[in-house]
Amino acid sequence: MSDTSQASATVPARTSASLRHQGVAFVVLGAFFLTAPLAMYPVFLMKVMCFALFAAAFNLLIGYVGLLSFGHAMFLATGGYLSAHAAKVWGLPPEMALLTGTAAAAVLGLAAGLIAIRRQGIYFAMITLALSQMVFFFYLQTPFTHGEDGIQAVPRGMLFGVFDLSNVWAMYFFVYAVTGAGLLLIYRIVHSPFGQVLQAIRENEQRAISLGYRTDRYKLLAFVLSAALAGLAGATKSLVFQLASLTDAHWSMSGEVVLMTLLGGLGTVFGPVAGAFTLLAMENYLAQLGSWVTVVQGVIFVICVLTFRRGIIGELGRVIKRPL
Amino acid sequence: MSEEIILETRDLVREFKGFIAVNGVNLRVQRGSIHALIGPNGAGKTTVFNLLTKFLAPTSGTIFYKSEDITGESPADIARRGVVRSFQISAVFPHLTVLENVRVALQRAMGNSFQFWRSERCLDTLTGRAIELLQSVDLAEFADAVTVELPYGRKRALEIATTLAMDPELMLLDEPTQGMAHEDVGRVTALIKKVSVNRTVLMVEHNMSVVAGISDRITVLQRGQILAEGPYAEVSNNPEVMEAYLGTGHD
Ligand SMILES: Nc1ncnc2c1ncn2[C@@H]1O[C@H](COP(=O)(O)OP(=O)(O)OP(=O)(O)O)[C@@H](O)[C@H]1O
Ligand SMILES: [Mg+2]
Repeated sequence: MSDTSQASATVPARTSASLRHQGVAFVVLGAFFLTAPLAMYPVFLMKVMCFALFAAAFNLLIGYVGLLSFGHAMFLATGGYLSAHAAKVWGLPPEMALLTGTAAAAVLGLAAGLIAIRRQGIYFAMITLALSQMVFFFYLQTPFTHGEDGIQAVPRGMLFGVFDLSNVWAMYFFVYAVTGAGLLLIYRIVHSPFGQVLQAIRENEQRAISLGYRTDRYKLLAFVLSAALAGLAGATKSLVFQLASLTDAHWSMSGEVVLMTLLGGLGTVFGPVAGAFTLLAMENYLAQLGSWVTVVQGVIFVICVLTFRRGIIGELGRVIKRPL
Repeated sequence: MSEEIILETRDLVREFKGFIAVNGVNLRVQRGSIHALIGPNGAGKTTVFNLLTKFLAPTSGTIFYKSEDITGESPADIARRGVVRSFQISAVFPHLTVLENVRVALQRAMGNSFQFWRSERCLDTLTGRAIELLQSVDLAEFADAVTVELPYGRKRALEIATTLAMDPELMLLDEPTQGMAHEDVGRVTALIKKVSVNRTVLMVEHNMSVVAGISDRITVLQRGQILAEGPYAEVSNNPEVMEAYLGTGHD
């Protein structure tokens, strides 16, 4: 096999060396969120981390399976409402509240997935949107969510009975750990035997079927995993803000996560993080522009689509010739 | 023993909104043979392949594989039985490496394809076999290349290697030499001949020298119906066949 090096000199290769770059990128990212609170508000950074996880979960579907869900808000909201309810009404400790929210989102993911997974392309997007609208109206009507008010004053509680999360730094590092674990899990899913099959399905579903893969089952599992991780993001977010509200269930939230992922770079491991950071920073620092923020975001988005279609991290990966 | 029928269809029919693309096809493929399915454009050859592998459901008719009725099975199940197809339009996984293309076909038999918590490094045990398969189609030196960068002829060779990775008993090849440069045609033809040992091959092919060179039997399809069937010499002298081909400008 002495010839492989020659072949890979002419053709971009994906070797273990390129995976090492992703390891380096993980370390850089971890270091950034460790030191960033020195310069930025921790609450803002926690919000970024929650949305980074949400976008990464969404990207698992669009980037690695090729499924565009336009209803991921339903999982974010379900995770948020259920963990808020578990913490406030049932009095569960934060770790159990997160688990409750995540599990609920996974169950909803299974139900929605069973309905949606056989649809292709735009029909898949439409059916997920329709389902999430139904979920929105359910949360609007059902008493436990408290309608427009949302579930307020959610107690953060004592993590493992030891760490008091009402302390902002305890909360910060808890969010840091949850997001880190979530991103590492996504990375593992992408680089697992299962992830290989997902990529084959994204690349050519008919061919994957002809190799004996029952592709619907793989897509369904990916959908459930994505829903669960989106739910985890929502659950964490509800503890950070001590609030679960209808905003998370609204269709515009499903749109926002699409935007974040496209901006950061579809099908890249770190793109969703960069996308979430960029979009939230814009919302935050341009807040004095009022409703013009949406316009500015729209313009930036158009520029992004026209000039760097691969997104921030996608373009960066192209420059250094390594997938990130 | 070579008289044994591995695949048989009875009165296979497929309609598309009133248009009958496949009209009462009775096909019998002998085990161990290379069987060519030929016919003018739009004759229904690809549709027959889609029916045999259940990528399309027949409007009526039955399909038997090794005397078992498989008409009701799903495409993935038929592949698992050992009936593996290629596609008329090159069917590779373009953004996987050449090695990964073959490996993903080998992977299913390992039974770990739902394990999302394990590292893909557990697939490394398949690398040796994957390289062997790539060698059999002269692609070993491209193992680490991203497939989309391969020239067309190489992609088709990769498809064959991927199909072989399934160790199929019956290979269905839809125009394996279509769009290839002359020297590639010779290479792929020899390859098909080589891999047909201990297997059955059913192939759609427009290139008559390929058909004449390697096929044991030929079925001619026209407007969804079988026009003639038999060895090449016999079929090629059939006046109806000659007319069908002259009529659509084939050589
Ligand atoms: N999904 C479909 N819907 C409607 N009509 C179809 C469909 N698939 C095939 N047909 C029609 O059925 C007929 C047979 O098509 P098929 O692709 O099987 O021909 P073919 O023999 O493979 O031709 P070629 O040599 O060009 O590949 C054509 O007239 C085609 O237009
Ligand atoms: Mg065809």
